[in-house]
Amino acid sequence: MFKVVKREEMAKGTVILNEIEAPLIAKKAKPGQFVILKATETGERIPLTMADTNPEKGTITIIYMVVGKSTALFKTLQEGDEYQDVIGPLGKPTHLEKVGNVVCVGGGTGVAVLHPITRGLKQAGNNVISIIGARNKGLLILEEQMKAASHKLYVCTDDGSYGHHGFVTDVLKEVLEKNDIKLVVAIGPVPMMKFVCRMTKDFNVKTLVSLNPIMIDGTGMCGGCRVSIGGKTQFACVDGPEFDGHQVDFDELMLRLQAYIEDEKASHDEFCNLKKENV
Amino acid sequence: MSETKEKKEKIPRQPMPEQEAKVRAKNFEEVPLGYSPEAAMVEAKRCLQCKNPACVQGCPVGVNIPGFIGHIREGHFEKAISLIWERNGLPAVCGRVCPQELQCEGNCILGKKGDAVAIGNLERFAADYARKSGECELPVKLEPTGKKVAVVGSGPSGLTVAGDLALKGHEVTIFEAFHKPGGVLVYGIPEFRLPKEIVFSEVAGLQDLGVKLECNAVVGRTVSLDELFEQGYDAIFLGVGAGLPTFLNIPGENLIGILSANEYLTRSNLMKAYMFPKYDTPVVRGKNVITLGAGNVAMDAARTALRLGAQSSRIVYRRSREEVPARGAEVHHAEQEGVEFHFLTSPVEFKGNEKGRVTGMVGLKMELGEPDSSGRRRPIAIKGSEFELECDLAIIAVGAGANPLLTQSTKDIELNKWGYIVADEATGKTSKKGVWAGGDIVTGSATVILAMGAGRQAANSIHDYLTRGW
Ligand SMILES: Cc1cc2nc3c(=O)[nH]c(=O)nc-3n(C[C@H](O)[C@H](O)[C@H](O)COP(=O)(O)OP(=O)(O)OC[C@H]3O[C@@H](n4cnc5c(N)ncnc54)[C@H](O)[C@@H]3O)c2cc1C
Ligand SMILES: Cc1cc2nc3c(=O)[nH]c(=O)nc-3n(C[C@H](O)[C@H](O)[C@H](O)COP(=O)(O)OP(=O)(O)OC[C@H]3O[C@@H](n4cnc5c(N)ncnc54)[C@H](O)[C@@H]3O)c2cc1C
Ligand code: SF4
Ligand code: SF4
Ligand code: FES
Repeated sequence: MFKVVKREEMAKGTVILNEIEAPLIAKKAKPGQFVILKATETGERIPLTMADTNPEKGTITIIYMVVGKSTALFKTLQEGDEYQDVIGPLGKPTHLEKVGNVVCVGGGTGVAVLHPITRGLKQAGNNVISIIGARNKGLLILEEQMKAASHKLYVCTDDGSYGHHGFVTDVLKEVLEKNDIKLVVAIGPVPMMKFVCRMTKDFNVKTLVSLNPIMIDGTGMCGGCRVSIGGKTQFACVDGPEFDGHQVDFDELMLRLQAYIEDEKASHDEFCNLKKENV
Repeated sequence: MSETKEKKEKIPRQPMPEQEAKVRAKNFEEVPLGYSPEAAMVEAKRCLQCKNPACVQGCPVGVNIPGFIGHIREGHFEKAISLIWERNGLPAVCGRVCPQELQCEGNCILGKKGDAVAIGNLERFAADYARKSGECELPVKLEPTGKKVAVVGSGPSGLTVAGDLALKGHEVTIFEAFHKPGGVLVYGIPEFRLPKEIVFSEVAGLQDLGVKLECNAVVGRTVSLDELFEQGYDAIFLGVGAGLPTFLNIPGENLIGILSANEYLTRSNLMKAYMFPKYDTPVVRGKNVITLGAGNVAMDAARTALRLGAQSSRIVYRRSREEVPARGAEVHHAEQEGVEFHFLTSPVEFKGNEKGRVTGMVGLKMELGEPDSSGRRRPIAIKGSEFELECDLAIIAVGAGANPLLTQSTKDIELNKWGYIVADEATGKTSKKGVWAGGDIVTGSATVILAMGAGRQAANSIHDYLTRGW
């Protein structure tokens, strides 16, 4: 059992932070790696990236957006409650090295995944410019932490309620035009990553993305997480989750993420109704 | 003497009572219901109690077959199971899933002229009897040796090693990547063929012997082999199985609704998707389902699809009926339940719709040519014979490979060109000191009983090492 030692609601309760006791994982995890969590006996195995780890305390931190049944169930866990299973660290860690000027682009909860990578890139001696975005001000997360992890931070909102009015790609374009950028790391919704990659390709700048296909085991034994990279099939859980963004077939990924959409909706609706009945 | 012999030959092989095909094709309960004590005793009477029993030669772990059958004949069921346990720690499993027609029963002398003794059914009977009655004596455990052994993987090979070494007095911990123990027995083989309660009761038996179980431990990620040695383990056994799905590498394979058998069966069995939404994990429920391949895995997938509501469930196989590798009983059960077979058909391409979902498979008809290196006649494509089969779910069950997760993180273990671990045939020793391996990760996908046999050999070798040295 894996105890929740700290719980915070962010972005008006649509995003939740859990700090969880998992000493073995905390000791081994590196930026870019993820865990798989299962809350109850009947629960689903859900992959979430570690937003932070504390090896001394033996804890890991996850930050997730509440989107369906399983994340809604996770949201009900309070401090002192336990996840039944936490498995990890999974996936390849980010390759952190000094390359010079780096841009980190994050959207939505992708910012949570981006944060430890940004910090690592800064520690490795890079000059880090970050651009984060959200639909509106209320949904923005980790602004302070990203500011501390970067040399310069730009903030965008789709509706203009805060920072730059528009998409992260608008700001990215300017940054790419004005600086000699060696690497872009983009993590967020699939359409965001797709458009970032389209742009960086024009500028011929290497771009890393972190992919989030549907997973079960996370150890390479089911192939459910397969993604097309440069026309070749790879398993995101063991070959990734980070890949060269210019090689990724984002359209296929977007379709594959819809595989269970009807079941997910039915399951979520039932869960919400149950919750209503219980209050 | 000759008189009794005559009588024996008159008793027909006792049929296994089964759920009716129409009914069972819609539920996940076990198909064969098991012998009654009376039927078991009648079947046991058929055995000739051969002096040089050929059946035993066919059993990879050398179960004393005439011995235990003799006890069943006399109604001494607890003696029967004690005798089986001397050689086989998972008889309730083996009685159900061993390819008996190729092993023990395939060698039985009675099979030459008529029907072999139903050794598997009897073994299952004895084991189920013991589990339900709880009357049987547990094996004796030797004095603690103070030595610690780590077993990686909780499939049949790992469970065998753990049980054997615990009995020899060593302190054993099993590390399992999944959240539940049992390996393929739990994530792969469906409930209707092997109830999970049986596997968990076998594991509970090991825990009663003092074996510790650490689930959610992905060795190579959560902890490395060298770290296990640093933590004070004296020896390590690797029984991580052949859990890498093989795909066909044909166009359209990443469409939604095309799953590896590993994924399909894991969702259904381990995650209990057949009870969705009571359990949270969904699985694609196809109306027209195609399964590629014809091994046990394919039969399990095709039969699961029927139970999940498919109107048609078809097996597509490149070779002919004669080459089907699945157990006879599985093919028979699948046919009874309504699975259709398309032999000599090779998949060429998958077709999909605008939502990225699979809608059909283009197949190519084959004919048999000259025998290949495996001695089987090689299928050759018939030019221009392409045709389309409609489907909304396709399950790829054409084999498995070595999962590189652990071996990649452990550089000093020698692998063969396919990525399987090189281990000594007699002892299971690998190229790394203090590390043994066995089961599918050494042989490639094989059988439960072969994995157990490898586990037994490795356990003996580990015991030698712990008491005498490498
Ligand atoms: C390596 C990896 C790291 C991730 N890290 C984060 C993170 O740090 N924060 C965060 O908010 N989200 C992250 N995700 C996405 C997160 O796993 C999904 O949002 C979550 O599984 C949704 O589950 P649900 O039951 O609440 O929603 P559902 O209603 O089941 O699904 C909503 C959508 O989420 C996706 N999804 C569903 N099941 C899975 C599954 N088993 N695995 C992956 N995606 C699924 C599908 O696209 C689906 O349409 C990550 C995904 C991956 C693969
Ligand atoms: C669907 C299906 C049906 C089958 N039907 C039959 C049948 O009817 N009869 C028969 O005899 N055989 C059958 N087989 C084959 C048989 O199940 C296997 O040969 C046997 O289970 C192999 O045992 P094993 O101990 O080598 O490994 P497995 O049973 O594969 O177990 C390996 C275990 O190791 C775990 N693991 C892997 N990597 C790690 C790691 N890094 N750290 C920790 N744990 C890890 C896995 O999660 C798994 O639990 C079938 C196989 C399948 C897939
Ligand atoms: S273990 Fe398998 S092969 Fe051996 S006697 Fe039992 S069923 Fe037959
Ligand atoms: S070969 Fe057949 S008849 Fe002879 S001992 Fe074995 S099971 Fe009995
Ligand atoms: S999640 Fe199963 S192979 Fe990646």
